[in-house]
Amino acid sequence: MHLKRSSVIKVGRYVGVRAVTVAVAIVISVYLTIIIANAGGYVDEIIISELRFNIYESVRANPMYKGYPPEEIRRIAEERIELEIKKMGLDQHFMIRSFNYLYDALTLNLGRAMKIFSSSGSNRVWDIIGERLPTTVLLFTTANILIFLCELFIGLTLSRRYGSKLDKLAVSLAPLSSMPGWFYGIFMIIIFASWLGILPYGGLVDAPPPEEPLLYALSVLEHMILPLLSWAVAYIPIGVYRMRTFFLMFSMEDYVDYAKARGVPPKVVERRYILRPVLPPVITDFVLVLISSWMGAIVTERVFNWPGVGTLMAEAIAINDAPVIIGAVAIFAYLLGISVVVLDMIYAIVDPRIRVGE
Amino acid sequence: MSKVTLIAKSIFRYKSLLVGTIIIVFFFFMSVYAVVLMPYSEAVKRWNSLDYWEDNPKLASPSWINLLLNRKLPETLILDSKYLGTKVRQEIPFDGGVYIRVEIHFNYEYDDFPSEIILRLYMHNVTRTAITTLTWVKPDGTELIVDESSMVGGYRYYSISADRQFQARYTKYITEKLKGRPTYDISPEIALFAKEVSGLLNPETKEVLKGRYRVILIVKSPESSADVDVKLNIYGKVFGLAGTDHKRRDLWLAIVWGTPIALAFGVIASVVTVFLEMIIAALGAWYSGFVDYLTQRINDIMLVLPFLPILVMVSYFYRLTIWTLLGIVVVLSIFGSGVKVYRAMFLQIKEMPYIEAAKVYGASSFRIVFRYMIPKVFPTAIPAIVLSVPTYVFLEASLAILGVGDPTAITWGRVLEEAFSGGAVYRGYFHWILEPATCLVLMTLGFALIGFTLDKIFNPKLREL
Repeated sequence: MHLKRSSVIKVGRYVGVRAVTVAVAIVISVYLTIIIANAGGYVDEIIISELRFNIYESVRANPMYKGYPPEEIRRIAEERIELEIKKMGLDQHFMIRSFNYLYDALTLNLGRAMKIFSSSGSNRVWDIIGERLPTTVLLFTTANILIFLCELFIGLTLSRRYGSKLDKLAVSLAPLSSMPGWFYGIFMIIIFASWLGILPYGGLVDAPPPEEPLLYALSVLEHMILPLLSWAVAYIPIGVYRMRTFFLMFSMEDYVDYAKARGVPPKVVERRYILRPVLPPVITDFVLVLISSWMGAIVTERVFNWPGVGTLMAEAIAINDAPVIIGAVAIFAYLLGISVVVLDMIYAIVDPRIRVGE
Repeated sequence: MSKVTLIAKSIFRYKSLLVGTIIIVFFFFMSVYAVVLMPYSEAVKRWNSLDYWEDNPKLASPSWINLLLNRKLPETLILDSKYLGTKVRQEIPFDGGVYIRVEIHFNYEYDDFPSEIILRLYMHNVTRTAITTLTWVKPDGTELIVDESSMVGGYRYYSISADRQFQARYTKYITEKLKGRPTYDISPEIALFAKEVSGLLNPETKEVLKGRYRVILIVKSPESSADVDVKLNIYGKVFGLAGTDHKRRDLWLAIVWGTPIALAFGVIASVVTVFLEMIIAALGAWYSGFVDYLTQRINDIMLVLPFLPILVMVSYFYRLTIWTLLGIVVVLSIFGSGVKVYRAMFLQIKEMPYIEAAKVYGASSFRIVFRYMIPKVFPTAIPAIVLSVPTYVFLEASLAILGVGDPTAITWGRVLEEAFSGGAVYRGYFHWILEPATCLVLMTLGFALIGFTLDKIFNPKLREL
């Protein structure tokens, strides 16, 4: 595809506007998170405990105070904490402070966890989340891409055989999607892990993890089968139904009939006159599915004990670790925002109306 | 033809609509039954109480499972000496004490061992130590001394199942008797109900000895006024219509009372959400200009808000009850893809002649929006309302799974969560997890069948495809 300069600008402008909207959404959701969390006084608590931790450490490590009695060291530390609270403006009104917190959260300066540690031993929230992020992204990017491709392929096949038994079957399967992926997950575990015993109950790898990288990867793949399968059952049927409807709608257009009449080969008709124009609405549709599936990711992880951000959030809830919960919400806001912007970029490239301008 | 008669006719024309309606009507009657059975506050109190359920077995399967199996799993036997058994008192002539012998008989005709045995001893009118001996007589006449101990005070809770001493003694005894070591830990329930033949040494071949059992308790107290009552609970492996959970609670109560909660939560959330979405869309379309721009932008932003994490956080920080949760769910979901769809419809309707006529006769904006525009679009939204009911029911379940559900409410989601974190899947208590799951599936199926069919009827353009 070759893009003219003017169309590059138009695409850029479109993506820019969408990116700004998404950025505003991220800011708002993070700010909302702070307001909600602070109404219970949690953010202040996090900041102050972080402060205490740092000051105590620095006083204790300072050779100047070596040999002082512990009470003296505590007094010095408390004094400094007082000063630092004033300096940081913690005695100011919350509305002013909330914007400082917003800045911190947006720059992923998320403070320290109260109870959870990362496997490297750090208790910084970002370290803990950063460790879990790749597993979440691995599972759900794979899931979303696989689901999208399956929907596209099956939808296209069905629209070619419109009205056949297979088509009717697929349409009648659409209500399967009224139930979320994690719910199918429970059934999948019962069938494939408890009953048949051929697949693992959950987790990321076998315990103990295999030494060899190849075996490790295979073990991870094995653990991904059930989550992927349950998502496939939950999200593919409705997707196929909608794709098929899109394809049918677009294949009834007059220009398709005209192209056929002109004697354009069926393959070309399909690719150029049906597949191309159908892509923009398909992508819009996919964005909506993606948004709802990201949300389901938290529960799916919990069900399959998949060590990602969602499980982390559930663990943090179970042991009352507020900073981690707030951090996880901020991360989910980013993940969701990034995936929407990426899809918007693809949309802008695919949709000729944006490139040419209306 | 009015919409009502259209629906009534369609119900019989479309089989899926009929099936869906039957399911939902069934759940409706279940809700009525729940309310008749006991008020919600009473149900919650009972559900969260511990001692109310003490005579139920732990993690028992539903009783009807016996109809499917070719062996009979035991029911629970509650043997209270107040109502059955014989009691013989005998004064001890020299010390002035008393010797009481309580004997309980029961028949055991099941093919599996009980799940747990607990003995409760109630002594009356005593201040000094009494000596108790518990003897167990099997149908074949084998006598086992289960426990010999002294007892201070009026009440003793004695879990025979947890008696490691008896277990050790029995293992030694059976090793000598059968001339071979058992290959597994013989738990007291097995010890007290097994045929003492060589098959007992292997977990695969152990067998229940059926017949009439006798349990004899002998109490020697130095006080002649002493009296004793015994309650022997031999917990089975099946219970009631729905079985029990890890806290001995009857799951039937949760299934029954979970129904109106799920219905109310789902229906209220989806109806209110769609109505508010419509009002926002209609106002935006009618007033256009700034109002429209604002709602559109808010909508764009709300669409990419991480809805579930925020909801999880709100319910975590404020420990919401299920009804405040409902309110927050509605507030967070009124902006969404729905507003976009309805706005497009309202923009068309706004240009229709009957709206023009209304403007001419001087109808107020309020009247036009609420009396002329919204009612026109509402029927097309009915399928969406019906289809989104299960979404909200599952939303509640998701929150429960993540551990932030209302801790006192009785919902299917909570039972599911307790079953899941209680290891029902790994340890094979399938009834515990499958019952709430089946209810969720059935309810979803009902609403989905109705919703998809109504969609075909109300939005006929899809019918052509």
